Amino acid sequence: MSDVLPNPIRPAFTETLGEDHVIVNIGPSHPATHGTIQIVAELDGEKVVRTDVHCGYLHRGFEKECESHTWHNLIPYVDRLNYCSALINNFAYCDAVETLMGIEITPRCRYLRTLLAEYSRLADHLTCIAASLMELGAMTAFLYLVTIRDYIYEHLADLTGARVTYSYGRIGGLARDLPEGWLARLAQILEQYEDFVGRVHGLMDRNRIFIDRMRDVGVLTPAEAVNWGYTGPILRSTGVPRDLRKDTPYLAYAELDFEVPVGIKGDNYDRYFVRMREMDESVHMIHQLMDMLPGGPVSVEDRRCVLPDKQLVYTEIESTINHFKLIIDGPQVPAGDCYVAHESANGELGFYIVSTGAGVPWKVHCRAPSFVHMGGAHRMLDGYQLADIVPTFGSINMIGGECDR
Amino acid sequence: MNANLKRPAPALEYLTTKKDELVGWARKFSLFPYPFVTACCAMEFMSVSSTLYDTDRFGAALPRFTPRQSDLLMVVGTVTHKQAPILRKVYDQMCEPKWVIAFGVCATSGGFYQNYAALPGIDKIIPVDVYIPGCPPRPEMVIDGIMQLQDKIARSKHPIVNDRF
Amino acid sequence: MARPDAETMREQVAGDGRETTVSHGTVVVELAPAAFLATAQELKSRHGFDLLLDVTAVDWPEREPRFDVVWHFYSTRHFLRVRVRTRVSAADPVVDSLSALYGSAGFMERECHDMYGIRFRGNDDLRPILLYEGFEGHPLRKDYPKRREQPLVPYRK
Repeated sequence: MSDVLPNPIRPAFTETLGEDHVIVNIGPSHPATHGTIQIVAELDGEKVVRTDVHCGYLHRGFEKECESHTWHNLIPYVDRLNYCSALINNFAYCDAVETLMGIEITPRCRYLRTLLAEYSRLADHLTCIAASLMELGAMTAFLYLVTIRDYIYEHLADLTGARVTYSYGRIGGLARDLPEGWLARLAQILEQYEDFVGRVHGLMDRNRIFIDRMRDVGVLTPAEAVNWGYTGPILRSTGVPRDLRKDTPYLAYAELDFEVPVGIKGDNYDRYFVRMREMDESVHMIHQLMDMLPGGPVSVEDRRCVLPDKQLVYTEIESTINHFKLIIDGPQVPAGDCYVAHESANGELGFYIVSTGAGVPWKVHCRAPSFVHMGGAHRMLDGYQLADIVPTFGSINMIGGECDR
Repeated sequence: MNANLKRPAPALEYLTTKKDELVGWARKFSLFPYPFVTACCAMEFMSVSSTLYDTDRFGAALPRFTPRQSDLLMVVGTVTHKQAPILRKVYDQMCEPKWVIAFGVCATSGGFYQNYAALPGIDKIIPVDVYIPGCPPRPEMVIDGIMQLQDKIARSKHPIVNDRF
Repeated sequence: MARPDAETMREQVAGDGRETTVSHGTVVVELAPAAFLATAQELKSRHGFDLLLDVTAVDWPEREPRFDVVWHFYSTRHFLRVRVRTRVSAADPVVDSLSALYGSAGFMERECHDMYGIRFRGNDDLRPILLYEGFEGHPLRKDYPKRREQPLVPYRK
């Protein structure tokens, strides 16, 4: 190695505020930054004086890629935004395109999407809590939660074909219907979930060490949270009971009975507990949805976006042409723009799409909750200890794919 | 000096082969990975390190989060141009012997991110020993990749005293 | 007290002569760049839009002015969204920054600047956030080829 490698960022400060303060660089390759975030911190001993958070190390050009693929072809890119709960991204994007096209999805699709969105949210919260507990040293809790998450992954692989990034949502419906025995296995997994999460509750909730490390650390006030754009579990942990599923219900949420858990102090412990309670609420919703699932087709019979049945494609010329046009040109989405937001595991996940009437989008913008949360992260990091950076960061649940898109 | 052009005695060759086998055996079953984790493949990395598909059985479970103490650089997920200097620096900071696994199709070739932002494969900046394709690869594929790396380590020469022995 | 629906909010926001519509449940306001900051302040203080959701831009290269800068706001009291849109030209792509009103504007405006080159008057920290130091150009503009890479580390071999 002969040349000096270039520094991809310009930190906000290079001079310290105090005499014996030190500037330390944390990340972007760091076990506890959940991927690729760089925090340039000025330290006074162990106390963090100020931080400068840098993201963008996982910027993969999602928007630019979307502009050169058809509306259907970019569903795999959408998956890889919040890769912990990929199905929610799928459904939010499909909802945006369906809104612009004026498509009403079938009842079975609506309930299935709700069920799978809650299932995905479960996987996401499991990952977040498992990772943040592991970073505190609670390896057992990590292993319990990741085991359940693995069962969920295998189960979703039975349905969609993939474990992590599913590409299961389609414009106008879903890729396929549930296989035989899927719901029975779902009931089994939810039972095992109760058992394992019960153990984690027992290990963590009243654990003196855990409380000492998480209580009153990384505190966010409600006014601050709203000012800095926080939504989702972080906003709810401060005490603001905002949840898109309750406030402006979409999919089948209006028909479900669930609570919106809210914290009291806005610290790390509240964020952990809000997520644990939200997982329980998700399981409660899944149980209700399992009983409510209507029959019927899973995709609308709309030739503008849904591929015709394969038998028809092989026998009728109209279906062949339809199939061909949909694959090569893409579904023709009427010109205009729209913004549709769903409540993802991290908060308000919005898709702002602009169409010129073609089969290829003009613009697909993802309003990523993680990106906005990183903007205000320094409010939760400044003033606390160096060792608090790790649990605070873990409780924000920054997902790199979503943050940097 | 030209005297070294003489071939070593068969007994010495036998010793070096056996030494290589022994050192190779020891090194392949005690890999210390540095998980250079960036993106979605991290989910599968977490799964493969956990109870259901355990990498501890292969000796490759204990991550060392500093390049100075690790010998296996697992590049998990997409490496962008912004991240490339960091990857290069981490690789340079590792001591010999070191191996690199490109975990996932984004690390192998850039995946389906063929644009201004993503590095089209980490082998553009560092040498790679094993490529594990998949988006993300199933845990079984990862274990297969680790086993292939172990075979590679077992087969290769391990000079420990000087260039020849 | 009943919450206003999108149409009622549209009428309130339209107030003194603003061009407003409702599109798919969102109130949309079109205005000139000069009127933007005052409108944003009114939206926050009078109409209750306390959460800045998003700042982005759309590139229409065939049109003059070239860029649409689009903001989305949300009201945590009324559960409504509003989209504010303004147009700026490529020669002078400057709009007012919201960083004094909303903390979240900081990162979002940096991203918009990175991707499109829109400058935000009043935000003095427009360092690259998703891109890196030394990157030339603005990739989401339509004239930036998707595959033009600007590697930081020279390729081996």
